[in-house]
Amino acid sequence: MSSAGIMIEAPTTPAQTRRGFVLRTLRAKPAATIGLVVLMIVVLVAVLAPVIAPYGLHTQVGPVFGSPSWSHPLGLDDGGIDMVTLLMWGARISLVVGFAATVVSMAIGGTVGVLAGYFGGVVETILMRITDYFIVVPDVPLMIVVAAIWGPSLFHIVIVIGILLWTSTARVIRAQVKSVRERVYVKRARALGAGHTRIVLRHVLPQVAPLLIANTVLTVAVAIFDETALSFLGLGDPSRVSLGKVIENAFERAAISAGAWWAIVPPGAVVALIILACSLVGGALEDALNPRLRVAHLSARTFRLRPLVGRSDSAL
Amino acid sequence: MRGADYVLKRLAFAVVTVFVAVTINFALFRLAPGSAVTNLSRVPHATQQLREALTKQFGLNKSKGAQYVIYLKQLLHGNLGVSFENEQPVSTNLRIALINTLPMVFLGTLFSIVIGTLTGVIAAWRRGTPTETLTVSSALGFYSMPTHWLGLMLIIIFAGILPTGGMTNEFLLNPPFWTHVRDLASHITLPSLTLGLVLYGEYTLIVRSAMLETLGEDYILTARAKGLRPWTIVRRHALRNAMLPVATLIALSLGYIVAGAILIETVFSWPGIGRAVYEAVLQRDYPMLQGAFLLLTISVVICNLVADLLYFKLDPRITE
Repeated sequence: MSSAGIMIEAPTTPAQTRRGFVLRTLRAKPAATIGLVVLMIVVLVAVLAPVIAPYGLHTQVGPVFGSPSWSHPLGLDDGGIDMVTLLMWGARISLVVGFAATVVSMAIGGTVGVLAGYFGGVVETILMRITDYFIVVPDVPLMIVVAAIWGPSLFHIVIVIGILLWTSTARVIRAQVKSVRERVYVKRARALGAGHTRIVLRHVLPQVAPLLIANTVLTVAVAIFDETALSFLGLGDPSRVSLGKVIENAFERAAISAGAWWAIVPPGAVVALIILACSLVGGALEDALNPRLRVAHLSARTFRLRPLVGRSDSAL
Repeated sequence: MRGADYVLKRLAFAVVTVFVAVTINFALFRLAPGSAVTNLSRVPHATQQLREALTKQFGLNKSKGAQYVIYLKQLLHGNLGVSFENEQPVSTNLRIALINTLPMVFLGTLFSIVIGTLTGVIAAWRRGTPTETLTVSSALGFYSMPTHWLGLMLIIIFAGILPTGGMTNEFLLNPPFWTHVRDLASHITLPSLTLGLVLYGEYTLIVRSAMLETLGEDYILTARAKGLRPWTIVRRHALRNAMLPVATLIALSLGYIVAGAILIETVFSWPGIGRAVYEAVLQRDYPMLQGAFLLLTISVVICNLVADLLYFKLDPRITE
């Protein structure tokens, strides 16, 4: 009975292709659309920073902590550098760190998740044990320790954040792969003589891709937060201006007691905006991917949450 | 029997995790290049005597393998070396810092659990109304803010009204008891509030989603059909079941609380563990950093264990 119902339902929604899934989801949720637009604007500004930044990143254009004016809408920082310029370049570095660290963590988490889910057995036990340990160890103190020992550099920060953020990806992907592995077409492919590599690449990965995208967006937010935190603790790359660095500079040079709120409010607001946008987009995608939510009486929208740092993600 | 199995399993996991953390801690610090990191006896300005004592205590002239065994032995005796900064034993420094951190973190967490549960329940109950939109957006807003930046914003807002740094007013010498309490309370407000607000955002969203799931269950429909009052339904039927995942999630967010404490104590110069980590990074005080990291990791592991056992107590069905 129930399977017949599904059979009838399927043709009424011909646009249910995997390719259009992400876009359709975003269109259906206004909050997610806003998040996507914000994200796109920030990325655009960050990419175009060298072209559209009104002043030089290292040029002093006025007095220390100069107040906002027509030519400098957000005032000047502790070195007399234009804040708008700093924000543009800062967003650029923050996004680079966020995306690069996410790529690292996706590569690790994706590999661990696919291997554990696909092969099961001993491989799974070992890999998931390792994941369990990584989940328990508090990320930020470990990041601090590693960054402090390795010394501050952008590359180190990316690697440190990347190797500590992969756990939730691994768990999510593993669960998905386990269910895909049991589907009939995968079994057919195997019966036809397809190798492990082919099955994983052609049949399993495309199925988990949307979930991976949702996870990526959420991980970018966490990575950007972590970079901001590390920079604030003086472990950022001293030669690169990220948003976290801008906040740290303003704090160190006592922008607050100087009354220069414009040096400290905007960079944090931009970070919050990026994280908010990522949470909205990632949350909407995950919601849409949760099949339970399509059943009418279970349709309460859950908001599965990823902690910015720490680990409260795994239990729900 | 399966219950006892579960408890034993979790206990073993916790013990192994602590052991792994200890080993990572040793590997990170002793196998790193550079003697400033690896050599615990290189306390700046220390007397020759102290250096020799440390070298002997930790077997620093022996092989790495032997050092590891000695390290474990010293650890069991609570010996974490001597701080490069003030030449006090690391364990003493950490104990003082921990005593300062706990009340601040406790107050903030309490605030967030109470307010977060309340707003989460309201948001779930008033689903689809402007109340929900407002609650959820404010929770998401606080959740998105960098912790230290939120602290700085509170400083900008409350500067002049509340003290923005330190734990006590240093100019109060031997104050009467109540003055001292009031002084402490005014100093603890902003750091605790910062932690509370950041966590409040997270808890609201967690409680809301857990409540939404329970409110969709059949027994809630039954309760409504019986004509129970909304508040009774929420309190007796929905919230109790929703609190299952929430209880663990709250216990598990300790890693987050730890990170928050480091940032918040740095912003407000609160002399706790977080501040100790920050100072240790600034001064390259490796023994302190090592000790603080170990302490934080072990407390998170222990809280995870408590969460697991709590979950088992609350819901004996869970024995996977």
